[in-house]
Amino acid sequence: MNGLVLRFVAQRVALSLLLLLLVSVLIFAGTQILPGDVAASILGQSATPEALANLREELGLNQPAWWRYLAWLGGLLQGDLGTSLTNGRDIGEAIGQRFSNTLFLAATAAIIAVPLAIFLGLVSVLYRERWPDKVISGISLASVSVPEFLIGYILMFWIGVQLGWAPSVAILNEGMGFWQKLHAISLPVAVLTLVVLAHMMRMTRAALLNVLQSPYIETAELKGLSQMSVIWRHAMPNAISPVVNVVMLNLAYLVVGVVVVEVVFVYPGMGQFLVDHVSKRDVPVVQACGLIFAAVYIGLNMVADIVSILANPRLRHPK
Amino acid sequence: MTRELDALTRKVLQGKISRRDFFSRAAAFGLTASAAGALLGQKATAQPVRGGTLRMGLGGGESTNSLDPAAALSQVPFHTSRCFGETLLDVNPDGTFDFRLAESAEPSADATTWAFRIRSGVEFHDGRTMTPEDVLQTMRRHSDEDTQSGALGVMRGIADMRVDGDMFIIESATPNADLPYLMATYQLAIQPNGGFDAPAAGIGTGAYRVTAEEPGVRYMFERFPNYWDDSRGHFDAVEMLVINDSTARNAALQSGQVHIVNQVDPQVARLLDRAPGLSVKSVAGRGHYVFIMHCDTAPFDNNDLRLALKYAINREEMVERILGGYGSVGNDIPINAAYPLFDDSIPQRTYDPELAAEHYRRSGHDGSPIVLRVSEVAFPGAVDAAQLYQQSAAAAGIPIEIRREPGDGYWSEVWNKQPFSASYWGGRPVQDQMYSTAYLSSADWNDTRFFNERFDTLLIEARGELDQDRRKALYSEMAYMVRDEGGLICPMFNDFVEGVRDEVQGWEQNGIWEVMNGSAPSKCWFS
Amino acid sequence: MRRIPIPAIFGLVMTALFFSMAILAPLIAPYGVGEIVGDVWETPSRAHPLGTDNIGRDLLTRMIYGGQTTILVATLATAISFVTGACLGLFAAVIGGWVDQVLSRGVDLVMSIPTLIFALVVLSVMPVTLPVLILVMGLLDATRVYRLSRAVAVDIRVMDFVEAAVLRGEGRGWIIFREILPNALSPLVAEMGLRFIFMVLFVSTLSFLGLGVQPPAADWGGIVKENKDGIVYGIGAALWPAAAIAVLAISVNLVADWILGRTTSLRGGRG
Repeated sequence: MNGLVLRFVAQRVALSLLLLLLVSVLIFAGTQILPGDVAASILGQSATPEALANLREELGLNQPAWWRYLAWLGGLLQGDLGTSLTNGRDIGEAIGQRFSNTLFLAATAAIIAVPLAIFLGLVSVLYRERWPDKVISGISLASVSVPEFLIGYILMFWIGVQLGWAPSVAILNEGMGFWQKLHAISLPVAVLTLVVLAHMMRMTRAALLNVLQSPYIETAELKGLSQMSVIWRHAMPNAISPVVNVVMLNLAYLVVGVVVVEVVFVYPGMGQFLVDHVSKRDVPVVQACGLIFAAVYIGLNMVADIVSILANPRLRHPK
Repeated sequence: MTRELDALTRKVLQGKISRRDFFSRAAAFGLTASAAGALLGQKATAQPVRGGTLRMGLGGGESTNSLDPAAALSQVPFHTSRCFGETLLDVNPDGTFDFRLAESAEPSADATTWAFRIRSGVEFHDGRTMTPEDVLQTMRRHSDEDTQSGALGVMRGIADMRVDGDMFIIESATPNADLPYLMATYQLAIQPNGGFDAPAAGIGTGAYRVTAEEPGVRYMFERFPNYWDDSRGHFDAVEMLVINDSTARNAALQSGQVHIVNQVDPQVARLLDRAPGLSVKSVAGRGHYVFIMHCDTAPFDNNDLRLALKYAINREEMVERILGGYGSVGNDIPINAAYPLFDDSIPQRTYDPELAAEHYRRSGHDGSPIVLRVSEVAFPGAVDAAQLYQQSAAAAGIPIEIRREPGDGYWSEVWNKQPFSASYWGGRPVQDQMYSTAYLSSADWNDTRFFNERFDTLLIEARGELDQDRRKALYSEMAYMVRDEGGLICPMFNDFVEGVRDEVQGWEQNGIWEVMNGSAPSKCWFS
Repeated sequence: MRRIPIPAIFGLVMTALFFSMAILAPLIAPYGVGEIVGDVWETPSRAHPLGTDNIGRDLLTRMIYGGQTTILVATLATAISFVTGACLGLFAAVIGGWVDQVLSRGVDLVMSIPTLIFALVVLSVMPVTLPVLILVMGLLDATRVYRLSRAVAVDIRVMDFVEAAVLRGEGRGWIIFREILPNALSPLVAEMGLRFIFMVLFVSTLSFLGLGVQPPAADWGGIVKENKDGIVYGIGAALWPAAAIAVLAISVNLVADWILGRTTSLRGGRG
């Protein structure tokens, strides 16, 4: 049995790696067809033709594309992401900083949002069709329906400017202690929590309700077990798969989809970094960011699939 | 009452209300004139105090920026260069020189050779002493044909440079009465060995040295203890935060996270000014928001159509709605009263739908919509301005179709390529430089495709002319040419609008460029 | 016939109201969409029930036309995403084998690049016209619909009545459209409601980031962007379109919830 599971996991990992390689090709090809001239984008409105020609020469834009792809992939495998075209900094170093910021924000939001979402989901199932369920549903529906930039500005206005409880601009630096950093990002965390909470909570509720309709739950109820213990011991394990899927989807969103929150709170994360470099046609950086995003997404999906398999005997033993 | 008096005193010192107003209002509080005068005097002579960390929230920075002054084009690299580096001289708001690394500048009789005496005993942040050789190397790096420097344009007219003792000597190709102004270009900050060894190291002679650099996020500076000028550099440290979202920038100022913000959106400037603990400063600049037509491309090759489009724009409305009143109307020339030798007798062009319709009819245009390309990045409010233009032109029967282009690649794909687009021009210190950059037939950035031999001749003649009256007459004639035949539609000159918290002292009105021409860190202090 | 619950009635009425407003926009809007009628950011008055915007246009007019654009874009994009996604998903589930593998991995590939970033990159280099916008949004979203419809169809595929149909020798078209589709409809319709909302939010976000429709036309996200600077000074012009987005979203969600009943489905998030 364990052998089968192992084989499945190995298969899944191998598939993910293959996918990642394909994504790298896709990203490389995508960055090649971006119109516009790198040199012109870097130098902006005030570029002189001489400066443009000099820069183009220096950037080595005359090499064939496949050669550059292989060189890039080779460097990548050795952990070398190359240097940025626009400011000549080491990409690994620059991204490392940004990526750890992004992970910090995502992790903080996730630590708050995931348990809260599951807890609220449980509560609304326990009290289904009664007022706690309706209140929770209503609030979650509202929070998923308001555009996130608006939540951001309203929080910034009330909590940041009017009340002065939290900084309106979430800029981090190395000199800050852990709690200071936490304080600095409290507003973006609040926005992100609101945004992802509803989705996960609704999923938990739906998955649990679905399982609760099964005959074996009725059996458990007839055995005289308490409602809570039925849900926790019998329903939850079978609801894990969809819940884990939606949690992973939202974790991926927290890592890769927060451009708007970054823009609003001036948070130095990956999204803003990527958009800046896209607009300057700084291809190596765009490729590196794209690949990291893809790796995060593929990795999380892989984890979700594997957890589903491990949690669900029926999937472990396919017909 | 004390608080109101304080606010009043502050306002008069900031130049927001006149002294006369101050005295009459102070009298309303029951103060005698002499008591009011004492109040003013006591504040006005406040002495700089050392200490504190100045935090600036700046728009206009990307994570692609570097500390190389040659690569500085947007706002944040401008401020970082100005903070750690210094040029030979700065231009004062009144057009006089503020000598920095040069002590003086002397022309030859025909204004072709200029000699700059280089200050001695100035130390770079890495401990080396600055020499005239460093100056020469810096100028070489920016004028090299291999350079990517944004200052290459201003260096082009230079035939030769050399060092003679403690003098740095420039030979201009043609007589140039304005040459020292060129040396104030912010990219020309002096670096050790001209920055050939490490262009982006951030080593200069400025009042502050770089301690942390995170492009697109923040920059840290600390006071350079061996700075040569004791009267500058009062803060212990300066922190520049890159905040590109204007709402976030203003919020940071209001909540006290930063002391100074640049680029306050004019539409909200009045509202921001009402917030406690800060004030909004505005100063007339030389930058202008424009719509440009290519004079050599149909249908804009027809001067009647150009005039029709010029008469069809409502300049007052633009200043009111796009600039929130923080600006002045343009007159279809790139020059305003901030420039020396400006001819203020040139009649102001106004919105005239009938005249516009008349010119439009005479141009024989087939009535197809005239495509105007804009983007948010052309200038703040560009898309809104285009919509106002569309409305005012429609009233004259001229159909304009707006096409919003991606901000991305706007400067490389649209501006200077498409025949009718929105654009922005920052000012130049003198008229010669402005016209040479964009209106001379051979200029790289002749973005209106304005080819006029007579204009070119006048420009060269005015450049070497030392008789100021004659020079002014020449510039006036050129202005009429651009205004009546050129492809420039210049509805407005924008003010620099900045937000400053009350604890920042020593603010001065300087419209050369934004935030006191980048010298707020070195000239201001905390109360 | 079951009684329609009150929230669902509210949802239906509001949704209908928004859609009819969008269709009748030119008839009910008091002014022209680009017409300058007042001062900058006037407070609500009889002439301008919602006040004026950042350059002095009537906000109610802008809202009505903005709603038209927003709803049009979201509806068409949802339609594209559903037709493409559902067809491919059902198809893949029924055929299975390598076709399924290729399609599913291809979808994984596209989904592994964040939607918003993908859209930003594509739209920042292409001319932003309505068809391009709708197509990009619809196709990107189709990946999520594909996943759902495939998952649902795989479940149904192994049910006895489908097996029976296969044994009867029915063609693939019959199996997809007559056996599987009717049984997969309920989760798909509920999902359609959610996707529509995500489309509305998505186009608003794109406009907010400056890549929306061409001026002087606007959508609600664009109107928020134009007026957002006033928010922190208590000027409500940006709140109206934002509230409209929220109300539309809630209404459609209420309807979708009602249809969904207790059917479980895997839904894609905002990302």
